[in-house]
Amino acid sequence: MRVLYFAWLRQKIGLAEEEVVLPESVRDVASLIDFLAARSPGHAEAFANRAVVRCAVNQDFAGPDAPVRAGDEVAFFPPVTGG
Amino acid sequence: MARVRVQEAPFDVAAELAALTAGRTDVGGIGLFVGTVRDSAGGRTVAAMTLEHYPGMTERALAAIVAEAQARWPLIGCTVIHRVGRLTPGEGIVLVATASAHRQAALDATAFLIDWLKTRAPFWKHEEFADGGGQWVAARDEDDAAAARWVR
Repeated sequence: MRVLYFAWLRQKIGLAEEEVVLPESVRDVASLIDFLAARSPGHAEAFANRAVVRCAVNQDFAGPDAPVRAGDEVAFFPPVTGG
Repeated sequence: MARVRVQEAPFDVAAELAALTAGRTDVGGIGLFVGTVRDSAGGRTVAAMTLEHYPGMTERALAAIVAEAQARWPLIGCTVIHRVGRLTPGEGIVLVATASAHRQAALDATAFLIDWLKTRAPFWKHEEFADGGGQWVAARDEDDAAAARWVR
């Protein structure tokens, strides 16, 4: 799975994107965050407050219950502030 | 006809309005919103603002927002341009323009487009302050409230 990070999540994690191999326990966005948060202290810090983290699966906004699978492109970012 | 662009270069408002209505004589009103970089935030002087986005999703999100506007109002033309990269105070960030036979559709569609863009398109602003340091702009509840009035 390709995972992308934007804005302060990218800065805290220190990566704009990474390839991850999913364990069986990852079935949805919430369990993906559980898995990613354990990868490094930076990941843990980025996902410390999930209320301020938004997600997109295959470039569509997705909530914590949205399913994810190996070939997906999943992005994590703060609430958007364009315009 | 809709034109959607994400670009680093500045935009020319007059040229975009001319292009919006080129060759059309059935336009009765044009709605226009231009967002610009403000020189202050929370009492601090802003030296520059950097716009980051999610290439690919940005274009999809903007196309969906424009399609929704076209479904709701009888638009003759619609232009959405959003800049990315480092911008300084006074520069244009975003341009939304719509043309319709009558003013209300153009004004309402323009307000809808900028309200939805602010809450549904994946852009993020980072401010650099004149006294050093910087911060990511936080999402505002007022923006969610402005977008919510268009939900149906």
